[in-house]
Amino acid sequence: MTAMTEPTASDAMRKKTRLFMIGAFAVAAIAFGVIAASGINENLVYYWTPSDLAANGEKAYGATIRLGGMVAPGSIRKNGGSNVEFIVHDGNARIPVKTSTVPPQMFRENIGVVVEGTMVRNGGSGVFQSNRLMVSHNNEYKAPDKGHPVDQKQLRKMIESTEGIEGN
Amino acid sequence: MLAPLGRILILASLFAAAAGAFIGFYAGRTRSAEGLKWARRFAYGYAAAIVAATLVMVYALLVHDFSVSYVAHVGSTQVPTWVTVVSLWSSLEGSILFWGLVLGAYITIATFFTRGKYEEYQPDAIGVWLACAAFFSFLIAGPANPFHTVLSPPLDGPGPNPLLQNHVLMAIHPPFLYLGYVGMTIPFGFACAALIKGRLGHNVLKPIRESLMLPWIFQSVAIMLGGWWAYEVLGWGGYWAWDPVENASLLPWLTATAALHSIMVVERRGILKGWTITLIQATFLLVILGTFMTRSGVFNSVHSFTQSAIGPTILGFLAAALLFTIGLLAFRIDKLEVEGRMEGAASREAMFLVNNLIFVLLTFTVLIGTVFPLIVEAVKGKQMSVGRPYFDSMTVPLGALLLFILGVGPALPWGRANAAQIKKALLPPLIGAIVFVAAGYAFGARTPWTLLTLAFGGYAAQVTLGQMFIPMLQRMKNGDSFGTAFVDGQLRRGRRRFGSYIVHASVVIVVIAIAISSSMRQQMELHFAKGQTLQAGGYDLTFVGVEERTEPHRLSTIGIFTIAKNGKQVARLEPRMNQYQMMREPIGSPDVHSTALRDVYISLSNIDAANETASITVFISPFIVWIWLAVIALALGALFALIPPRRPAVILSPSAATSKDPVPNDAAAETA
Repeated sequence: MTAMTEPTASDAMRKKTRLFMIGAFAVAAIAFGVIAASGINENLVYYWTPSDLAANGEKAYGATIRLGGMVAPGSIRKNGGSNVEFIVHDGNARIPVKTSTVPPQMFRENIGVVVEGTMVRNGGSGVFQSNRLMVSHNNEYKAPDKGHPVDQKQLRKMIESTEGIEGN
Repeated sequence: MLAPLGRILILASLFAAAAGAFIGFYAGRTRSAEGLKWARRFAYGYAAAIVAATLVMVYALLVHDFSVSYVAHVGSTQVPTWVTVVSLWSSLEGSILFWGLVLGAYITIATFFTRGKYEEYQPDAIGVWLACAAFFSFLIAGPANPFHTVLSPPLDGPGPNPLLQNHVLMAIHPPFLYLGYVGMTIPFGFACAALIKGRLGHNVLKPIRESLMLPWIFQSVAIMLGGWWAYEVLGWGGYWAWDPVENASLLPWLTATAALHSIMVVERRGILKGWTITLIQATFLLVILGTFMTRSGVFNSVHSFTQSAIGPTILGFLAAALLFTIGLLAFRIDKLEVEGRMEGAASREAMFLVNNLIFVLLTFTVLIGTVFPLIVEAVKGKQMSVGRPYFDSMTVPLGALLLFILGVGPALPWGRANAAQIKKALLPPLIGAIVFVAAGYAFGARTPWTLLTLAFGGYAAQVTLGQMFIPMLQRMKNGDSFGTAFVDGQLRRGRRRFGSYIVHASVVIVVIAIAISSSMRQQMELHFAKGQTLQAGGYDLTFVGVEERTEPHRLSTIGIFTIAKNGKQVARLEPRMNQYQMMREPIGSPDVHSTALRDVYISLSNIDAANETASITVFISPFIVWIWLAVIALALGALFALIPPRRPAVILSPSAATSKDPVPNDAAAETA
């Protein structure tokens, strides 16, 4: 190794360089940590049921939310083109949803859906403006029978497992 | 009958692995040659048992023996044979059995090829491999047992998850992923052995590098296949969504790539030994973390299976492996001998270091974004995910920087260089940068990040091509003909160099293709009446009609579209809805018309009951195919670099014998 035979800097010098390196490293690591943390904070997507959304009140406006629930019977209104309005509920809360995407083939009443978007003000009341609408592909999720309460745990699982959402 | 047979074989594999691991570590401690011999025998024994167990399972699947619990769970007489075979890895228990099989194959190959070599490291390495094997055999024997006997077997089973049967890529993506994931066990074993011995000698670098490179190649292809599968199946026109499972496959790849680079610095300079070992160990830990994330159901998605008795067990193994490696590193890393030192900031080794830092930053970025929701859920019980903008905004600059280093690094010489040399090395490739930016601008690229990527890509392309052919040009200067120089310099002696720069060139293509395809993608939603023609991005799309097709396992509703450009029909696309027997809801399956310049991608949203109207989403994305093709080129280049260079002593052909020109720089060129 040629490196070994060459005259090298004194040990004190080496120590200093090493200290400097470690310091620079620490500063860089902290800077990276801060950038990453704020990046995460700004881009959180909340997985909420209609009850969660209602409970969070003002926080729902502007936040990115993945909302999962059942399409309320009789609530689907198609306004021509791909504009669809409907109500998502979980037995406790009902949230009006407006979506600008073509609903998938199997979209209908009483089916589990996941919509991604945020709450916007519409006159006095809020409406969930969504740019993504998915029907659950989850084999295990069974929509509850009429009259039966919605299983919250099942619902949460469905929100997590529905694939194909892609924010852009 | 098959279920008890499989179970006995699994228990045998567990015994062989556990005993072999114990003997291996014992032989490492006592340096007993006899112990090493027995450790090797147990390694082969483990492999034989696990291979036999897998064969029993495949046989049970093929003959539809529903008295085997796994077959009852995923088998079906209604599905095609290829789906039956593929169902070996389509569900939790089977996939862990498959893991054991792949590990058995890797351990056999590694044990066989290290026979009579690396005696210092081999016993401990075998000990580590078999300890991992013992854990997975334990999983198969206990929490993830696929060989339960079903007392009253059903007449038919449900078949594997329909989303997995929806595309043939599902048959090849998981094996590649396992070949990548599982293979990382082998370099991990060598790295641990080096730490246990407190020595990372020059001779053991070769098996480390080779055993890291092979799974790395599989992993690269697996990541690409995963993206391709998502693109072909999921219907949102993209290939990467920073889904936790996708990230799980990317994380070990990032650290392994960093390690492959830092190994070169160890080879050349004798520095970064502890760092390299740490990267290899991190790779293995990330593999186990990835396995935990995908196999425990903590993230629900198409990849993960919801039964999760397995989760805590894998988590326990991860914790044990983490403690083991941290302990080893803490007590042993200072023992690794230091041979050289860093010479200057503008040297190739310094660029290697920068490359490594960026890879580690990328790893942390992805890791934090992936794990953060898990931690929040565990601590606060709230569900959320980290949105795509986080990953994009963090990784795009780091990726661009990496591309920059990919250009600058190889241009700089090893060791010290003076200002004139540096200038001479760094200035000419600016031409390449300008050419690429101009070409991209002419093609329509406008976003700053895309143009910057093109600039770095052009710079890197010129450097890469220049470096790639140095051995050949040298030989031609010395009077060799083009043919001899190419065969000798590139294919025979300079394989490692040539292969490595093919990898670099492929990376340049992949990064540029990703930048262009994601920044210039067009998306449109169109509503058709039958026979209607609509325009989208310069193409005329016509909705011809609807066809319904019945297959044994599914019913497909197919929308038929023709695509014409300038009045000439270029393609006929058949996006469809597949209704599987065992599933309530249909699954969409998009169709793509791919050309070198752009893809036209149609995803069916809706067909009305009378088959008279259709709604589709059209994506027109440039350069997509180059991502798939370049990753295949990358794999081939890396494979080529992996073939050991032919030693000058082995002269087989007369042309090599008559060539009296030794080319002094050759050995250096091969390891560059």
